[in-house]
Amino acid sequence: MDPVSNFLVAWKIPVGLWGKAFFTFLTDNFNSVFRGFSNGLNTLLDGIVNLLLMMPPVVVVLLIALLAWWLQRSKVLAIGVLLSLLFIINQGLWKQTVQTLVLVVAAAAASMAIGVPLGIWAAHKPKVYKIMLPVLDLMQTLPTFVYLIPVLTLFGLGNAPGLIVTIIFVIPTAVRLTHLGVTSVPKAIIEAGEAFGATKRQLLWKVELPAALPTIMAGLTQCIMLSLSMVVFAALIGAGGLGTEINRALGSRKIDLGLEAGLAIVVLAIVLDRMTRIGVGGKK
Amino acid sequence: MTVAVDFKNVDIVFGPDTRDALAMVDKGATRSEILEQTGNVLGCAGANLTVNEGEISVLMGLSGSGKSTLLRAVNRLNIVSRGQVMVKNGDGMVDVVSCDEATLRQLRQHQVAMVFQQFGLLPWRTVEENVGLGLELAGVPESERKARVDKQLKLVNLDPWAKKYAHELSGGMQQRVGLARAFATEAPILLMDEPFSALDPLIRTKLQDELLQLQKTLKKTIIFVSHDLEEALKIGSTITIMEGGRIVQSGPPEDIVLKPANDYVREFISNVNPLSVLTAWNVMRDRRDLETTDDGWIWLDRRKTTRFKIDSHGLVAAAERDGKPAVWISCADVERQPDEVSQVFWATPGTSLKTVMLAMHRSQTAPVALFDDQSRFVGAIGIRDVLSAVLRR
Repeated sequence: MDPVSNFLVAWKIPVGLWGKAFFTFLTDNFNSVFRGFSNGLNTLLDGIVNLLLMMPPVVVVLLIALLAWWLQRSKVLAIGVLLSLLFIINQGLWKQTVQTLVLVVAAAAASMAIGVPLGIWAAHKPKVYKIMLPVLDLMQTLPTFVYLIPVLTLFGLGNAPGLIVTIIFVIPTAVRLTHLGVTSVPKAIIEAGEAFGATKRQLLWKVELPAALPTIMAGLTQCIMLSLSMVVFAALIGAGGLGTEINRALGSRKIDLGLEAGLAIVVLAIVLDRMTRIGVGGKK
Repeated sequence: MTVAVDFKNVDIVFGPDTRDALAMVDKGATRSEILEQTGNVLGCAGANLTVNEGEISVLMGLSGSGKSTLLRAVNRLNIVSRGQVMVKNGDGMVDVVSCDEATLRQLRQHQVAMVFQQFGLLPWRTVEENVGLGLELAGVPESERKARVDKQLKLVNLDPWAKKYAHELSGGMQQRVGLARAFATEAPILLMDEPFSALDPLIRTKLQDELLQLQKTLKKTIIFVSHDLEEALKIGSTITIMEGGRIVQSGPPEDIVLKPANDYVREFISNVNPLSVLTAWNVMRDRRDLETTDDGWIWLDRRKTTRFKIDSHGLVAAAERDGKPAVWISCADVERQPDEVSQVFWATPGTSLKTVMLAMHRSQTAPVALFDDQSRFVGAIGIRDVLSAVLRR
């Protein structure tokens, strides 16, 4: 090798070691905090899953179909949801689907709950957004496996780390779409609000958020879809559900099981997408 | 007359650091010089303008002349760099430039309402919800809000559309919603930023008429921005012409047309039909400027064809046309008169120049006399006065 390369190799910057030291520091000092959080979250998620599994599957399916009708006022959609979920029961994947559903809904809800306020903040403060941007890029592009390891060491196995990994991947979308929505509110209507004496808070709730709602709702749909795409990874660190089935199918090369579980994810994705499409192009 | 809005030496410069630009403003630098040397954009410089209560003051100019910038200083949508903008607030005046947020909000909610060029309606709200926006922001309780909104909707004939969404209406209707929204807050001062420019000409004329009609009863103080001189002349009681951020002329419409301050204004009015603005009052020669004879006659024209004898009350005692006694007849009846020779038409100061010309035409270019409300003789218009007004010589 040439001298320059030799020199560079000899003076390797220990990025990996630093990272490791950081996480070792966290586990050594705050282990009980992380584990306590993880246990609490696991109990909560398992509780919801068990509650849903206690009821007869058909009742839950009917309730979801009813919810679909209530959200979209569409009989066609309600019947579609009903048939799709009955198909999942038919495939014998009900339990796994409920686990996945709870994880995905929780991840999407948490991502929106954190991402939307961050997005609004970023939209109001361009400087904040400038700082936020590289972090968001990192969260979206860092290969999932890379942060799977530290999350595993900090939070252990189970639903909770699965949820956290999913949230890390999904939050940037919520932030970005909220930022886009709020920054693209037409100046004319913001000024109309100001001219009639709106306070900052009124401006946000009565002008900016309603105007940005279609984009924010598109963000919600995207969050759900991305959460579903993380199901297989979450399963690797012990989150149950359809992801586990797919991993098992991969391990034992069972084409049929893989196909069934994969199809169940697709069906779930379509159902959730159609149910949450509020204000996107549709009713105004 | 009470002052409603008073601009005092208002400079508006857009940019992060305006000190250098303001120094250049003081030296009378132009907008392009300031932009070149400091990177700041001059919005408006040294603006002094007083708007009295109940008048429609029109700010005129080409795009980029600073007219909107000045208007938007009244409710601080644009930040004033230097100077004061005094706005009537109850019995006192408030300087919008320096007042605190709470005072500003109170002004915006109760004293100054605004109508926007692009309407600025909230598309997810119905017409009535849009009209109620200002009241809602001011915390007016729902029941009272509804009553006031209904009243405004009736005023602009939109009540059948109350439940429709704003985007379902035509442009003209949307701007009616914008007007109703501004009226609903019952703010005495109304800012209108090219409100009718986005509308097609027929609708524009109609809305102008409606605004003038409403103004008769509402008597708001209106500051109106326009780039259309016909519009300005039609609705303005005062017209202020701006160029490159500076006010070049301010005055009643006739003054702008008859005595343009510079070439810019002259250019502006060159396409305006003076007949649509001028009245008999603008072109007449005052009674004191007319030639008199020793035996108490006053010549109405320079050619000495027509003369009046005026009594001690200022009333006309006798009239003579081409040496023969004549009758004097109101211009208002000009269409109905038989073609007799010895007629002298008279008009009131407010009579349009067009009517005066018609009277001249019917009477073989005889001069037209001007009487005031008490039928006193105040002046006369000869053919030469008309020609010079129309040709602006």
